[in-house]
Amino acid sequence: MSDISNFSDEEDSRQDDCALVDALSEINFNEHNIDSIRQNKLEESQEQKHEIHSDPASSSSLNFVDVDEYDYLHDSEWINQKCHVFILSTAGKPIYNLHGDEEKLNTLFGLLQALVSVVQTDDDCIRSITAKNTKFVFLVKSPLILVGVNKSNRSEQQIYNQLMDVYNQIIFIVTLSHMKSVYEKRNNYDLRKLVAGSERWVDHLLRNEKRTRICNSSFVSLTHSVRILPMESSIRDSITSTIQSNCNKIKNLVFAVLLANNKLITLVRMKNYYMHTDDLRLIFNVIDCSESFKSAENWLPICLPKFDSNGALYAHISYISDDCEACLLLMTVDQESFPILSNAKKNITEKLRRGNYIEAINTGMKDKGIKLKSDIGVSEIRHFFYKNKKNTQLLCSEITAPYIDNLDQFEKLEAMYYDLHNRIHRTSRPLKLIYEMHQHEIQLAWVTANYELYATFEPLVDKKSVIIAQVNKLLKWIRKEEDKLFMTGTHIF
Amino acid sequence: MKAIEAKIVVLGSQGVGKTSLVAKYISNIYSKEIGPTIGASFFTCKINLNNVKVKMQLWDTAGQERFKAMAPMYYRNANAALLVFDVTNYTTFSEVKSWILELQKNVQEPMFLLLVGNKIDLEQERAVSREEAIIYAQSIGAQFLETSVVKDQGIEQVFISIGLGLINLSSESKCSSMKRYESKDSLLSTHSSMSNLSGIQYYDGVHMAIDISQSVEANGIGRIEVGPWERDAVAHGYPQKSGWCC
Ligand SMILES: Nc1nc2c(ncn2[C@@H]2O[C@H](COP(=O)(O)OP(=O)(O)OP(=O)(O)O)[C@@H](O)[C@H]2O)c(=O)[nH]1
Ligand SMILES: [Mg+2]
Repeated sequence: MSDISNFSDEEDSRQDDCALVDALSEINFNEHNIDSIRQNKLEESQEQKHEIHSDPASSSSLNFVDVDEYDYLHDSEWINQKCHVFILSTAGKPIYNLHGDEEKLNTLFGLLQALVSVVQTDDDCIRSITAKNTKFVFLVKSPLILVGVNKSNRSEQQIYNQLMDVYNQIIFIVTLSHMKSVYEKRNNYDLRKLVAGSERWVDHLLRNEKRTRICNSSFVSLTHSVRILPMESSIRDSITSTIQSNCNKIKNLVFAVLLANNKLITLVRMKNYYMHTDDLRLIFNVIDCSESFKSAENWLPICLPKFDSNGALYAHISYISDDCEACLLLMTVDQESFPILSNAKKNITEKLRRGNYIEAINTGMKDKGIKLKSDIGVSEIRHFFYKNKKNTQLLCSEITAPYIDNLDQFEKLEAMYYDLHNRIHRTSRPLKLIYEMHQHEIQLAWVTANYELYATFEPLVDKKSVIIAQVNKLLKWIRKEEDKLFMTGTHIF
Repeated sequence: MKAIEAKIVVLGSQGVGKTSLVAKYISNIYSKEIGPTIGASFFTCKINLNNVKVKMQLWDTAGQERFKAMAPMYYRNANAALLVFDVTNYTTFSEVKSWILELQKNVQEPMFLLLVGNKIDLEQERAVSREEAIIYAQSIGAQFLETSVVKDQGIEQVFISIGLGLINLSSESKCSSMKRYESKDSLLSTHSSMSNLSGIQYYDGVHMAIDISQSVEANGIGRIEVGPWERDAVAHGYPQKSGWCC
């Protein structure tokens, strides 16, 4: 694997192009690259602080426990799930599990708790266990313990990030201070009572682990970013100012968010307060899995963990209209302001209709991602995603053949991207560029100061010059369309 | 045309079918996938009865215990309460009783009460007898109806009797928080128009308001787990910038 240390990441487009040429010319495309990666992986895993080495012969990670107690250990379907997520309290009370019936998993929960507390007695904290092809990753955030068990090629960090998202989703529901106070009062408290009704939010967050549809959503969580609904910047500005003008005078309103199809249309905020992408992703997740929000105006307390994990905001959540499935969230700290927000929403809808913006939103909603061939005219790139690092916004291309009609193929692609992402961001040895030939495709990952690009090419493009030309064409197009594809600037009430 | 505008709160345990009932009436949809209500949902609808237009603002609350602390926000100014239980689950009927106690304790204004036993399509699994429910309804001065959202039985009657109850309440001027005005809208523009009342079966005569004289007892239900939504638990946020998106 080439580590290109003299690689420059200038903003200027021409320099970017040259840089790619330089970078690619330094890479030898051969099998050795792959070997050295494996080597790296080995080295890294040996560095892990709490690697618990298990005998490879007895790799089934749980066989040191009395097997008779487990129904699930005889359930090969359960055992072979690619990903498990368990949440328990530090006292060992089960709170959530992704697969299976938690009644029957009591002993397993007890075991997980024991593992955590054994390491804690040494004033230390367990991070992960690797057993053959299975990783156990722990996120210990008292009063909660989260454990991810993963058989895919996800890195420890990636599994950890996923657990962090799940943890934040729990905080979103119950707030950290409230959770701490219930556990202070009663150590063996059953948190499921407080999460009741919202488990589906956690399920939905992990939906990519039980995939039924092929879409770009896992790249959003991989890159910790949000997608933007494409539209002319002048239209977006008008929509934004419609919201601003109707909300300017509302006291205590902190955020207004308009989104559609899991993509952001616009966001207006109170001066000096900011919306973190992680919070925004939780909002997207909740809206995406709550069908019932569509038929009414909803009023619910939520906690944005990055904004303030110890306090709740009240959210007025409603869809714009029957003919427009864009969802508007108005978030306030004033419990009494429902009527005012309800009224503001009515006025916003009316103005959007009069300005024909509903139509513009509906057009944008048809977008399934950038069309590489018809939008840009690059024929050798099969798929890409591009993260704008300044504003953590993500651009994805439409998923097409051979990935769109084959779940296996898509999952392989996804796994390759996760692997690329992991290697390029590895803390011990971060890279700037990876170029790799696989059996069925070529992949590129490129990290600069301003963006990250991950792309997959047709396998037969073996000429570097073709790849370079295609990537440059893509980047040029993105730059040209930037105003439409990304949300630039910030808007305050 | 005369018009009144009234607030209605829908209360009841989780899963009894409150949202299904309201959504079925208002948008004529029934979906198994709606999921539990989080917080509360606000619906509006209009109904014309006896030449009076009744504008209803409905708060469909969440049955989950953790949202119980939010309930006063919705019943405080309500003119009517729709108390729903599941006829196949006796506990949900007992929980309606504790809601009534809470209303009696906290609401001073007269309120029209309608008790609804839902899911009568599951007759074999019935756990609350009609007689018991009627006797209870009478004892608190409420009306009683039975419904099935799945089989679309009794839904419209629920809203008609709320409407009639509200009209009565307003004509007796018992209720100061209800808006009364002359409406210029034509009949045609309204959501639902009453054509015949004959098909409705009432299990009880119209009773108005809660009988406040009735003694209030402790509800005997253990510690209630409320959510973290008290007034002092409001998010403050921290003015800061790095790594933040918008
Ligand atoms: N058999 C039968 N099932 C029903 C009926 N009405 C609702 N249900 C089902 O009962 C379940 C709960 O319905 P909801 O409308 O969500 O109940 P809810 O009272 O709003 O529950 P919360 O929002 O959690 O308080 C759903 O699965 C419905 O499909 C009915 O009349 N008959
Ligand atoms: Mg409901």
